[in-house]
Amino acid sequence: MAQLICEDVTLGYEGIAVTENLNFSVSSGDYLCIVGENGAGKSTLIKALLGLLEPMKGKISTGEGLRSDEIGYLPQQTVIQRDFPASVREIVFSGLSGKNGFRPFYSKELKVHAKKQMEKMGISHLEKRCYRELSGGQQQRVLLARALCATGKMLLLDEPVGGLDPKAKEEMYELIAKLNKEDKITVIMVSHDISAAVKYASHILHLGHTPLFFGTKQEYMQSDTGKYFTSFPGGESL
Amino acid sequence: MTVIDNLSLYLQQDFVRYALIAGVLISLCAALLGVPLVLKRFSFIGDGLSHVAFGAMAVAAVTGISNEMFIVMPVTVIAAVILLATGRNAKLKGDASLAVISVAALGIGYLIMNVFSVSGNVSGDVCTGLFGSLSHLTLSKTDVIICVGVSLAVILIFVLFYNRIFAVTFDETFALATGTKAKFYNLLIAVVTAVVIVLAMNLVGSLLISALIVFPALSAMRVFRSFRQVVICSAIISVVCSFTGSIISLVASTPIGATIVVLDLLVFILFAVIGRKG
Repeated sequence: MAQLICEDVTLGYEGIAVTENLNFSVSSGDYLCIVGENGAGKSTLIKALLGLLEPMKGKISTGEGLRSDEIGYLPQQTVIQRDFPASVREIVFSGLSGKNGFRPFYSKELKVHAKKQMEKMGISHLEKRCYRELSGGQQQRVLLARALCATGKMLLLDEPVGGLDPKAKEEMYELIAKLNKEDKITVIMVSHDISAAVKYASHILHLGHTPLFFGTKQEYMQSDTGKYFTSFPGGESL
Repeated sequence: MTVIDNLSLYLQQDFVRYALIAGVLISLCAALLGVPLVLKRFSFIGDGLSHVAFGAMAVAAVTGISNEMFIVMPVTVIAAVILLATGRNAKLKGDASLAVISVAALGIGYLIMNVFSVSGNVSGDVCTGLFGSLSHLTLSKTDVIICVGVSLAVILIFVLFYNRIFAVTFDETFALATGTKAKFYNLLIAVVTAVVIVLAMNLVGSLLISALIVFPALSAMRVFRSFRQVVICSAIISVVCSFTGSIISLVASTPIGATIVVLDLLVFILFAVIGRKG
């Protein structure tokens, strides 16, 4: 039994398929990297995994005690957020809102939990700061802490290093790898950075090429798709 | 007679005091709702809905129903639900459908008021509908009780759902994915907005309601950097402007709605200057 299983899933909008016949599964502790070019259906797949889009065909199911609303999500930045007046604390705490049941205010335990996540992300000293005044890397840490407030089981990261400078990028990748190794959090990361995928992930799903590739990193490196895409200059050795 | 004497004479009258209380509470509600509406880029929803309310009021006036609220309130709430439910993926995109609904309601309302007029002073009625009461508020005791009751309910809803309103406003997708019923809260905000708009029509008229909703929130956002600070500051601005505006309109016999709106504008300019320096 795996945490997340996609069986023969076809995704699309208004009857037009974007990706067809997706078959893969994610087990507890895996680090799956979903790669593929723009338009390959990565964002569509994310929506489906989050339960925001019904598959046209096939089935997405969860197991090992994971509920579909226990997937912590790190979205790409939206336009609204760029000038939103909110403190770091307010944003991190908002990750608790799904957990809070019918209570109008967050309980003490949940608040302690949220503070721990801020510590883990190294942003406790920024608690009172305004989100929009932080650097890109700091903002991503805030959103990661929020995602951790919502779940301790699985993280779904949508281009987590998009728009970051090389140093912040590296730190972000290390942070995610640490969560995966030390906290045993399953990671699903969408990225078009194949070199990083090959470096950090345990499994790879390559969309947009037929046949679709799904397998471990080692299998990917042996496959034709993998050989082709990692052979670019600077490919594997970031 | 000095200005102060004049004012205290007014304030001795019950209906003036009640109207003052009702006006301040409605402004407070509008300002609270304004924060999520502005941040969600829904500023104009207030405008559209108030035009719908104007159209509904015209229809209600013609039918000769005893209390216009019974028609105006449901129609406006339904319009809010339609606008929000279809906003994202309808054939007519959000702002276009809003424009269509708001001008259609305005046009139909004016036409009905002219053709089926029951009062002798059509242009006066239209002017009051669009710009609010000419001088101080004239509210019946029932109106005041309804205003106060609904305002308190709105404030209670806002406080109880504060955390969830924040979560849904900041990032709807995340909230939805982690088990917060984002659609329900969007609907809640829309319905409550519609209710507040109908109540605020008496105060500032349908053309000026947007000002009560957007100005305090925008002013607060110039200066403050957290959601809670913005909410509190916007509530304070709105209460101060509404109270001061009402008093000025009593003393100087200016139209109450326009007076409040101009005060809100002045505060906005002041805060914009402070925000730029700070």
